[in-house]
Amino acid sequence: MNTMTKLTLKTEGDTHVVVTRHFNAPPEAVYRAHTDPKIIQKWLLGPEGWTMPVCICDAQPGGKFRYEWSHPKRGSFHITGEYVELEPHRRIVHVERMHLPDPTPDNHIETRFDADGTGTLMTMRMTLPDAQTRAAMLATGMERGMEASYVRLESML
Amino acid sequence: MSDLNAAFAALADPTRRAILARLASGEATVMELAKPFEMTQPAISQHLKVLEEAGLIVRRVDGTKRPRRLAKSGIDAMDQWLAMLRKALEKNYDRLDQVLATMQSDTERKKR
Repeated sequence: MNTMTKLTLKTEGDTHVVVTRHFNAPPEAVYRAHTDPKIIQKWLLGPEGWTMPVCICDAQPGGKFRYEWSHPKRGSFHITGEYVELEPHRRIVHVERMHLPDPTPDNHIETRFDADGTGTLMTMRMTLPDAQTRAAMLATGMERGMEASYVRLESML
Repeated sequence: MSDLNAAFAALADPTRRAILARLASGEATVMELAKPFEMTQPAISQHLKVLEEAGLIVRRVDGTKRPRRLAKSGIDAMDQWLAMLRKALEKNYDRLDQVLATMQSDTERKKR
């Protein structure tokens, strides 16, 4: 595996989670893949088995988005959010929350797309209201991550 | 390590994860925690016992009530689970690599 494309994920302070990832495509393309619903629907799917039947996003300041995921056995859930700031091809600031079905506290996310050689370094910085919310969010993310891990484990047994 | 193993085991249940998510928004009594689930209070109490033994929640004495809240040590243990979230993200971004490669070849085709 190309180490350049490797994901980093770490907590920062009590309330932040920072994710970085390199892509072998220019910032224009990576930015578009994050703001065009037709493209988002192709990749923002989480572990195998989940589909995204609803992907609405109005990528402009104050614009709203709604992503819905569905799994034949695990049901469905959705995320809603609003765009705060958009600097085309460089930066997206938005707020989102998960509905399980009760809404989780708001997650403020700044995503930067910086030119990195011929590709892009993406830096996504999440800010949660407090340490406990961050823990709960990570726990929820885990639930979806775990499924893929269990499948992988099953294939090894 | 034993604490972490207990935390792993405690988190393997969706009801217990839902209880933790609820406690993330603040302290709650057993009755408040039982409400969203179709479960008896003893069943919820059993889940709370597992979470408490795993060090993920703590209880406080308030008259006859024993409200629960998240434990700091438990939060730290859960940070270990970042690795799991990472796997879900990796899956997404591996997929995005493919999408970007397709976008690029489409652009090149249009140029020709």
